Amino acid sequence: MSIALGIIYLIATITFVIGLKMLGHPATAKRGNLISGAGMILAIIGTLFLQEKVLETGEVVPLFKTVSVLVYSLIIAAIALGSIIGWYMAMKVKMTKMPELVSLFNGFGGGSSLLIGLIEFSKNVGVDDANKASSAIVTTILSAIIIGSITFTGSIVAWAKLDGSMKDLRLPNYNLINNLLFVALVAFGAYIVMMNTDSLILIYVLLIASLIYGYLFVAPIGGADMPVVISLLNSLTGIAAAITGILYGNMVMLVGGILVGSAGLILTFAMCKAMNRSLSNVVFGSFGSSGEVAVASVGKTGGSIKKTSASDAAVMLNYSTNVVIVPGYGLAVAQAQHVIHELEELLTRKGVNVKYAIHPVAGRMPGHMNVLLAESNVSYDKLVEMDDINPQFPNTDVVLIVGANDVVNPAAHTDPSSPIYGMPILNVENAKNIIVNKRSMNAGYAGIENELFYNQKTSMLFGDAKAALTELVSELKNM
Amino acid sequence: MNELIAFLSDNLELFYILILAIFIGVELIKNVPTVLHTPLMSGANALSGVVIVGAIIVMLQADPTDYLALALGFIAVVFGIINVIGGFAVTDRMLQMFKKKK
Repeated sequence: MSIALGIIYLIATITFVIGLKMLGHPATAKRGNLISGAGMILAIIGTLFLQEKVLETGEVVPLFKTVSVLVYSLIIAAIALGSIIGWYMAMKVKMTKMPELVSLFNGFGGGSSLLIGLIEFSKNVGVDDANKASSAIVTTILSAIIIGSITFTGSIVAWAKLDGSMKDLRLPNYNLINNLLFVALVAFGAYIVMMNTDSLILIYVLLIASLIYGYLFVAPIGGADMPVVISLLNSLTGIAAAITGILYGNMVMLVGGILVGSAGLILTFAMCKAMNRSLSNVVFGSFGSSGEVAVASVGKTGGSIKKTSASDAAVMLNYSTNVVIVPGYGLAVAQAQHVIHELEELLTRKGVNVKYAIHPVAGRMPGHMNVLLAESNVSYDKLVEMDDINPQFPNTDVVLIVGANDVVNPAAHTDPSSPIYGMPILNVENAKNIIVNKRSMNAGYAGIENELFYNQKTSMLFGDAKAALTELVSELKNM
Repeated sequence: MNELIAFLSDNLELFYILILAIFIGVELIKNVPTVLHTPLMSGANALSGVVIVGAIIVMLQADPTDYLALALGFIAVVFGIINVIGGFAVTDRMLQMFKKKK
């Protein structure tokens, strides 16, 4: 490697570390992202033009002098094509669909690693023993293929599930099947290394088995846990990139990949902690879609619900002093962020003190709700995190819950048999009045009944979030 | 086994860097507010697109007559760059919304 390229890679690596650090603070996050982005582009340009090749004579020449124009044009074309696709997807996506997109991008990264692994392995085919890759290299290649494939199909399944186009799939004894398949994968990989074989057939078998494993790994996990899975897969993609880096002795890939790998893992644990779950519980527990649990809790709730109308709700809000809005994903799906902001401004003008209570996992990913509300210009200091808002509920006159369900379900405190038992929730039942806006009495995303709806303090305002809130706003304007 | 030991000793520096990078990653992400988890995940995801560097190297080293390798390499580059450009762009779009508004 030329010294210039070495320095470029060093600079890029430093931008990754600094960028990631800056991403962790609200004030510097945006700049941090741009800094790492610039470093990445620098590394790409350097790789394109500054690679060197050692000729058989021992002479070192710049690689671009020996590579054909065709290959260069292909690479440039691929970069142009991918940039346009990536940019287009990033600009087009609705903020509510953010988790899906991150998952999809992650799948592409994994796909790239697996293809690199495939090409590197096929280079080894038909090479005489003296020049064959060492078993350490083959191990690296196989790891890149296995991990890349798992993240590729896994991310696509995660995307499809969040998108709603795929339902949970659960084979009988799926945990056993998955674990056996994984052990078989590792054993088969080890066999290929030991046999020192260059059979492409075996590699294709390994590839297909890994792709299937990625699919089976994510398929049984409930949609509510998808963010954790995406974060975990993201971490794995980083590890796949790092392994490919070892293959080329490339430091920027190694460090960049490992940073993502370890940071992604920490982030995964942080998300689990916000839901009071362990990682193994998420992966093997298959929470949030088990029919039996949901049925069991339906039996326990029952009782009668109290319906309310927009005008009654408007009166209640109008004469309150403190109102807390609990926004959930349903709000975002109905595209009601702007209306809720309008409602909040209207109430504030009428002298009502309005705040938003943000549960750590509101939306589809931690922090997702903040992004969604920020998009509709809700001021930052009105968003109150769970631990700060919970002590304030006893002084709250009305809690308005829009499209949220599981994060306010008291079963998390009271029902040890509930799958969300132990999850920290917003203690809305301490408020004086509760208004719940929901489309219907269907269970929430996690598929669990919510006894809050049967609480005496609760009135249900049925209807699409946007329509119901718009009505509420116009009622309030007439008062 | 001997090969493995040889690989380890040849690449000892690599493993030092690997271990240190793991610790840096952990330290960088510790105590990040929940609010930033989504952008952080998205930003880290963009970084994992660094695999594009490997995809480019594969293509540069490929034999110009090995069409299969070139085709696979082409897809690898496209995939990698989607991850990079899309990832950084979408993170930027998200963070744009956190800017203080008057």
